[in-house]
Amino acid sequence: MSTDSPAGTSAMKPARRAAPGGRRGLLLRLGGLAVLLVIAVIFPLVITNALYTQFGVDTLIFVAAVAAWNLFSGFSGYISLGHAVFFGTGAYTVGLLTEHWKVMGGTIFALLPLGGLVAALVAVPFGLIALRVRRHTFVVITIAIFFIFQLMAFNFAFTGGNQGLSTPFFLWTAASYNNPFYYVGLILAVGTIVLAWLIRNSQFGLQLLAIRDDEDRARGLGVRAMRVKLTAFVISGFITGMVGGLWWFFIGQALPETAFDPTFDLSVALMAFLGGFGTLSGPVLGALILEPLQQWDAITFTNGYVAEILLGAIFLVVILFLPRGIIPTGKELLTRWQAIRARRREPVPAGAPPGTGTAVPAAPKTGSVR
Amino acid sequence: MTALLRTDAVSKSFGGVQALDGAAIEVAEGSIAGLIGPNGSGKTTLFNVITGYEHVDHGHVYLGGKEITNSAPDKVFAAGIGRTFQLTRVFSRLTVMENMIVAAQRHERGQGRLRNPLARAGGPATRRRAMELLEFTGIAHHSGALAETLSYGQRKLLELSYVLMASPSIVLLDEPAGGVNPTLITMIADRIRQLNEQGTTFLIVEHNMDFVMGLCDNVTVLDYGTAVVSGPPGVVRTDPRVLDAYLGTAEDDDDIPVG
Repeated sequence: MSTDSPAGTSAMKPARRAAPGGRRGLLLRLGGLAVLLVIAVIFPLVITNALYTQFGVDTLIFVAAVAAWNLFSGFSGYISLGHAVFFGTGAYTVGLLTEHWKVMGGTIFALLPLGGLVAALVAVPFGLIALRVRRHTFVVITIAIFFIFQLMAFNFAFTGGNQGLSTPFFLWTAASYNNPFYYVGLILAVGTIVLAWLIRNSQFGLQLLAIRDDEDRARGLGVRAMRVKLTAFVISGFITGMVGGLWWFFIGQALPETAFDPTFDLSVALMAFLGGFGTLSGPVLGALILEPLQQWDAITFTNGYVAEILLGAIFLVVILFLPRGIIPTGKELLTRWQAIRARRREPVPAGAPPGTGTAVPAAPKTGSVR
Repeated sequence: MTALLRTDAVSKSFGGVQALDGAAIEVAEGSIAGLIGPNGSGKTTLFNVITGYEHVDHGHVYLGGKEITNSAPDKVFAAGIGRTFQLTRVFSRLTVMENMIVAAQRHERGQGRLRNPLARAGGPATRRRAMELLEFTGIAHHSGALAETLSYGQRKLLELSYVLMASPSIVLLDEPAGGVNPTLITMIADRIRQLNEQGTTFLIVEHNMDFVMGLCDNVTVLDYGTAVVSGPPGVVRTDPRVLDAYLGTAEDDDDIPVG
């Protein structure tokens, strides 16, 4: 009844997708990543100034958070401004469990997956409600649900109300106090990036990207849109919950307005947009640029307004000159530059009328922007 | 011949507009069926109702004797109905090959073993099949290009290709020849015939009368959401009710059928 092999096909050719940039490009890329990883690992060993290692922890927390956010919002196109729900839920869960079980020392980090788990459980009904609508409506619903959670944190007895939850004292040497947080943050950040990469190349990831481009068309090609979106939302929530737990240990106190912080989602979204929304490396790059800058800004200009004006100016520049983000725009410029170089090198083919040598078409866009 | 796809007195209204009014059509298994009618006669709405994009108010839809009324689009696709859209809808920021793999999911499943959910999309078998189909439609050399870089005609071919990934028993084409150059129209008609010879059934909405009359075994005319005439092209072409349907609406001058 159905066709298994259409008529008129020529010899079957195995479809091998060439890695963008070829083998050399791939090696170069892997090498670059290895160097970055080594730098990240030895950073707190070389730079022992607590101020800078603190910058490092904050940055890694945001790298993990933005990678988790992008894994849902960037891939599916559903922009969530309610991920602080998961961040806060993770922080409070870990906080309450630490208090209840009187956990001390390095074992506290074992509680992080539990924080993630509770955040993921929250993500299920949250997603089932919010993912029924799209675009602007989805954004507004996520904000509304976020405020419900912040209100609950303020008003329930078990959350400590206005007082919030404070961490126990950790008996680590002051000199390398930040290091345990740093390395756990690094594991979370790298783990999330690897997971996002695996998802990007999987059938599940392709379905998410198809939903981003045209959800109704995707459904008509067999994509179970709700299931796919919800799964990504829950995975993203799980990681954000763990990140929130780590943040609580590091900061030492969770208040309703800092654990459920409306500017958390704005920062995460801006980092993703700065680097390149929906790409793999863009959001990470955005976090690596923006978070240290924000920290440096805050301590350099003690008058808070100057710091904010400076950040605002940077955003204006980004929107004016890099509207699609650093990675996509940079890649486009690179492709254009390569095309110009190729055109200059290309000799005029023999027998061709003069002038045709310059008509070499620009390099075709191959592969999605990573 | 038995009917592979059948709609039974399907009605659908949008507010005060009765888009479908007891529309009953039958598509025989192994045939190429045409669906024509003036603008606004409910052709696309009927497609939407069959493929689950719209819910019916009344009536039933059957595929091979099984009722599929109001099934979700992904279930309809899994049941064996593929469709294209009037305005091409490809995944513009994915490559052509990735577009194909999106539609392939059902194809790879059911191997009995649990699949690794994070395995690389598109195994060798899927990619080989995708490449075969792309060669069949003539856009294989674009497999690595982003779909947004394709021309309009190439997008139409990509739509036809990815719909075929799941080996549907029936394919619904919404204006496959619309806005496409004459050479490509001939090629698309050729491909449809070849697929049909191998057993795929087609239901085609089209305004290009030469295309419809030359290709289809059976043509159904829709007017005001009701199927008024159904029969072989030669019969439908001369039926007074068809001329009436087309000439009855003053705005649709360019849709006058041949003959």
